[in-house]
Amino acid sequence: MPWTRDEMAARAAQELRDGMYVNLGIGLPTCVADFVPDGLKVYFESENGLLGLGPSPTVDEVDPDLQNAGGETTTFIPGASAFSSADGFAMIRGGHIDLAILGGLEVSETGDLANWTVPGQFVSGMGGAMDLVVGARRVVVLMDHLNKRGEPKLRRETRLPLTGRRVVSRVVTDLGVLDVTPQGFRLVERAPGVTLEDLRARTDAAVLLPGTPADAQDARSRVRRVR
Amino acid sequence: MNPLYPDARTALQDLIQSGTHLAVGGFASAGVPTDLIGAVHDLQVQNLRLVCCSTQRSEHFGVNRLITNGQVTRLVTSYLGPNDVVRALYLSGKLQVEFVPQGTLAERLRAGGAGIPAFYTPVGAGTVAEDGKEVREYGGRRCLLEEAIVPDVGLVHAWKADRSGNLVYRRTAQNFNPQVASAARVTVAEVEEIVEDGQLDPDEIHTPGIYVQRLVLNPTPDRSVLTVRLREAR
Repeated sequence: MPWTRDEMAARAAQELRDGMYVNLGIGLPTCVADFVPDGLKVYFESENGLLGLGPSPTVDEVDPDLQNAGGETTTFIPGASAFSSADGFAMIRGGHIDLAILGGLEVSETGDLANWTVPGQFVSGMGGAMDLVVGARRVVVLMDHLNKRGEPKLRRETRLPLTGRRVVSRVVTDLGVLDVTPQGFRLVERAPGVTLEDLRARTDAAVLLPGTPADAQDARSRVRRVR
Repeated sequence: MNPLYPDARTALQDLIQSGTHLAVGGFASAGVPTDLIGAVHDLQVQNLRLVCCSTQRSEHFGVNRLITNGQVTRLVTSYLGPNDVVRALYLSGKLQVEFVPQGTLAERLRAGGAGIPAFYTPVGAGTVAEDGKEVREYGGRRCLLEEAIVPDVGLVHAWKADRSGNLVYRRTAQNFNPQVASAARVTVAEVEEIVEDGQLDPDEIHTPGIYVQRLVLNPTPDRSVLTVRLREAR
């Protein structure tokens, strides 16, 4: 069974470590904040100007001057700080954010990410996505394994306009977890009941196995590539 | 002492003309100088070049009031909010848009205020953001040359000001406002409260008054379009 959206967010939350500074993208990545393992203190950054985001407010807690990067009401935790957007992006670009968990449209086996626009559709702009993928020390992409047309989103090469080149370290999908390595995608974990064949059939690139020398299996698995 | 104007229109009518290069602070519905934008709208000046972080959902709020009123011909921004009227103007070519990564846009304004004409950044390298830019490698990283932005007029919102024009922002209403204030040749600040000099601690000031030329008081900024997301009961 592929992971549900909650299970995907929970799996991505396992990337969190105590004391980390983390930026969560809009959409499913935002839900990762609901699954922070007990006992960890994690500072979530909102690039518009807040470090130490809390949960969404109750009716009584709503403060119109407190909005997250998606323009929604939010709260802050003890130890939070507020600052300008220039500082919000300086701490991203300057390599001070440990981890960014972002959505994706396509990821290539070299870690290229496309997540801001699709040709033929309205171009809204890249917002802060290009800044985040270049600046965060580690970029994890959280997305479905296939797009709405049933096509693989993990590919040898992306077909869409890029957000950044060679920026993704790990991909968490509904089918499993894969690392981007110098040899290509390497399987880290499969969702329960998802076979290696399922994963390979739904990935437009080689999927290397965990724990075996990369070079030895590289050629073999590339030959086995499905579509 | 920093001139306090009786209203937004009086503060702006001799500053904004056709062709003015205007920068406006605010992100989503926080920190938006709503009265000042309303005055630019009512002055009906055309052919504005506008710099702002993003546009809005509602055509009746923020910079969208100027865009949907046909006053803006060129827009420099990181994101067009989901508004059909603004999108239609863009698609028809009546509104030219230059998309800039959000952090690069903030830094271009910061550089403008700090007297740095251009800077190299790795953001956008290898993407369409690279088109037409000078490229250079630093430490093995591909970087793009980005130019500073120095607007004619900056419109900002702050929580408090003193008579010397020192500004204090609140929470995420700070956003682009400090950089807009420092970058613009003339900055007009719309503030919720004005206190006498000496009543703000110098340590708490975010924007020193040297960056602010005119003040307008608006104790009740427009909050009508706030996107309220509430905690789910568990």
